[in-house]
Amino acid sequence: MAKNTLSSRFRGVDIDEYDENKFVDEQDEAAELQGPDACEVDDLIRQGDMMTAFHIALRNPPINSKNPAVKERAQTVVLRVLTAFKSSDIEPAVKSLDRNGVDLLMKYIYRGFEKPSDNSSAILLQWHEKAFAVGGLGSIVRVLTARKSV
Amino acid sequence: MSYHSFLLEPISCHAWNKDRTQIAMCPNNHEVHIYKKEGSNWNKIHVLKEHNGQVTGIDWAPESNRIVTCGTDRNAYVWTLKGDAWKPTLVILRINRAARCVKWSPKENKFAVGSGSRLISVCYFEQDNDWWVCKHIKKPIRSTILCLDWHPNNVLLAAGSCDFKCRIFSAYIKEVEEKPAPTAWGSKMPFGEVMFESTGTAGWVHGVCFSDSGNRVAWASHDILPFKSDPAQTFLTSETLPLLCVTFITENSLVAAGHDCYPVLFVYDSNKAALSFGGKLDVPKQSAQKGMTARERFQNLDKKATTDSKEAVLESLHKNSISQISILNGGKARCAKFCTTGMDGGMAIWDVKTLESAMKDLKIV
Repeated sequence: MAKNTLSSRFRGVDIDEYDENKFVDEQDEAAELQGPDACEVDDLIRQGDMMTAFHIALRNPPINSKNPAVKERAQTVVLRVLTAFKSSDIEPAVKSLDRNGVDLLMKYIYRGFEKPSDNSSAILLQWHEKAFAVGGLGSIVRVLTARKSV
Repeated sequence: MSYHSFLLEPISCHAWNKDRTQIAMCPNNHEVHIYKKEGSNWNKIHVLKEHNGQVTGIDWAPESNRIVTCGTDRNAYVWTLKGDAWKPTLVILRINRAARCVKWSPKENKFAVGSGSRLISVCYFEQDNDWWVCKHIKKPIRSTILCLDWHPNNVLLAAGSCDFKCRIFSAYIKEVEEKPAPTAWGSKMPFGEVMFESTGTAGWVHGVCFSDSGNRVAWASHDILPFKSDPAQTFLTSETLPLLCVTFITENSLVAAGHDCYPVLFVYDSNKAALSFGGKLDVPKQSAQKGMTARERFQNLDKKATTDSKEAVLESLHKNSISQISILNGGKARCAKFCTTGMDGGMAIWDVKTLESAMKDLKIV
C-alpha cells in the first residue's frame, strides 16, 4: 500500500471534470459588466446625492463575471452606499426601483449578510425589510435560485 | 368549494376517472388507493399494490379506462379493470433512476414518463408482441424531468425539467399514428425533435400545461411563471412562494397553485401580450373576532411571549402546499370545476362560477 493513502494530493487528475454528465451552466453571451464605478459613487456620496449614488451603484452588476475580485469590489461599493443612507430615506429609494432593481438589491443585501462587519447587519436588515415590502417572498426566492449572482 | 381530508400524509399524486366518480391517489407510499364517491362519503374500493417504491405519478385514461402509474422503483404499470379487480401490466422503461411523472396522450395510444435519468420514455403498445415498448428522448435534457403535458395533436409533448428549461418535444411514433399536420410550433416533427426551448428561467420547472388549442404553453418555474404564446414569450415574476402546478382554465386564463396553499388566477391579455395577476382564489371565512379577556392575555404572554390574539393558523382551505391541480369539468377551454390536492392529505374541489361571483374583481376571460 502506498505510504500516503491518507492524503490525496498526489492525485494529479480531477475525474469530476471529465464526467460526461457533469452539468455546466450555459455560457451566456452577455457582456461581462465590470460593476459600478467606485470613484463616481464616492464623489456622489461626498456631495450628499444619495439617490443618484444608489442608482449608479446598482448599475452594471457583475453578474456574468467569473472574476471574484470584480464581484468583491462591486459589493464594497454597494455596501458603502447602503450604509451612507439615512433610515428615513431608505423607503423612497427602494420605491424608486423597478422589479429587476429590487431583485438586484436583494441579491446585494444577502451577499452583504454573508460577511457581517460591525454595523452592517443592522443596516442591511433595515434595507431588507423595505425591499421585502416591495418585492415580496418572490424576490427572496429569486435570490436563492439565481444561477448568476452578484 | 368543498374540501375533503383523505389522510394525514401528503397525497403524492391523483387522477380522476371519466365521470369523476372515482379518484385514484397515492397516499405517499407504495400503493395506489381508489376511492369512490357514494353519497357524500368517499369509500376506498380498491388498493393497487405492485410498486416497490413510492408512486410518483398516476394518470387515468378516460376513454379506455386504463390507469398508468409510475414510481421511484423505476417501473411503470398499466392497470386494466378485469371484472372487479385492477390487473397490472409491467412496462419496461429502461431507466436507471426514479420515474417522476406520467401522462396518457390525448388519444390514449401512448404515454410518456419523465424520469430522473434525464430522459423521457414514450411508451406505446406493440400489437405483435402484446407488450408495451418504449422509446427514449434524451437530447438535450440535462437533468430530471419534473412534469409533462401533451399537445392536443397527440404528438407534441411539453416537458419541464430541473435544468431550468421547459421544452416541447415531438413524440411522434410512426408505428401507431400518421404524420401530424403542421402546428404553431413547427412542421417537421421527427421523434425527439426539440420544437421549442425556453430561455430566461432560473429555477426548476415544476409544472407545465398546454392550452386547449395547443398554441400556448405555460410553465411554473421556481422563481417566475413564464408563458409562451406563439410567437411572444412573456413572464410574470411572482411575489409569492413558488408555484408548483399550473393549468389553463380558458384560452386566456391560468390557475396556478403552490407552496402558498391557495390557487391563484392569472390572466393573459393578448392585445398587450402581458400576463397579469388575476386574484387569489381562496376566500377565507371571516373568523369571529372574540374579545380577549385579561386572563387570556396573560396566558398568551406567558406561553407565547406575545399579546397577539391572532393564531398561527393558515386561513386557506389547504393547510399545506398544493402539489397538483386537475380539471374536472369543461376541459381546458371552459373549465367549470377543478380539483387540487396537496401535502396536507386533502382534496379540494373548486367551482369556477362560485368563485367568480364570490370575488368581485375576478375576471375569467
